[in-house]
Amino acid sequence: MNPALQGRAFPPTAPYLVGREKVREFARAVFATDPASFDLDAARAAGHADLVAPPTFSIVVQQLSLDQLLADPEADIDFSRVVHGDQRFTFTRPVIAGDELTGTLTVTAVKSLGAHSMVTAETVIVDAAGEHVVTSTSTLVVRGDE
Amino acid sequence: MTQQTSATPDFDTLTVGDVIAERSYELSRDSLVRYAGASGDFNSIHYRDDIATSVGLPGVIAHGMLTMGLSVQPVVDWAGDPARVADYQVRFTRPILVDPFTGATVSVTAKIGQLDAEARVARVDLTTTFNGETVLGKAQVRVTLA
Repeated sequence: MNPALQGRAFPPTAPYLVGREKVREFARAVFATDPASFDLDAARAAGHADLVAPPTFSIVVQQLSLDQLLADPEADIDFSRVVHGDQRFTFTRPVIAGDELTGTLTVTAVKSLGAHSMVTAETVIVDAAGEHVVTSTSTLVVRGDE
Repeated sequence: MTQQTSATPDFDTLTVGDVIAERSYELSRDSLVRYAGASGDFNSIHYRDDIATSVGLPGVIAHGMLTMGLSVQPVVDWAGDPARVADYQVRFTRPILVDPFTGATVSVTAKIGQLDAEARVARVDLTTTFNGETVLGKAQVRVTLA
């Protein structure tokens, strides 16, 4: 991996429209049971405009930004050696069906740990108005030769 | 599973160390395919034994993001709304091997780790285990109860 990657910012991803059925599908896949993710009346009764996505849903948008990083020849990351090290989501508000989300990735850290290297990618996710929704931070571990 | 609409927990009745939820999940290969489709993560180590073993794994493993996604669900149900999750982080420390016939049983215990009375934020610490060993490290959820 290229150590000069630290501080590198990528252009915003194409807008991702959060579909109501996608929220339900994702919620079922992570064993969610909260009615706010399935039942429109329940979501509205709780004060939301539409279905509320489970907390980890924004990985779908972050992945689009990570694809940019992984595809970058200058980054020189061997995808077959990548392991997910850690993950964090920091919310200003939850993701709601109907949101149009855009993620902008910055490489905030590049570290070597023996034969392995670690890259921390922070993706700031905003809505169509440009307001912050969630910051999604992934650390990827790239395994070296052993 | 029973569907329940829970009221917001009363912050003032919480004590550090309280176990607020315990749940276990049965993962099958079907669960992994469902998560792959819902999330768009089609890395074949999550559904093909030949690929998984070729990269040195003992077999097909669950997506780390599926483990992260389901581990927070007992907290979401306790909080009464996914929107109350302000921050959620984990480290991925061990893989969950999903047997083609018997699947995998994953257990989650959620405990109050810290209380910020001023912000009325509870930090809930998660212990997620498979085969008697933890699979996540520093798994913490900040829940706003104000």
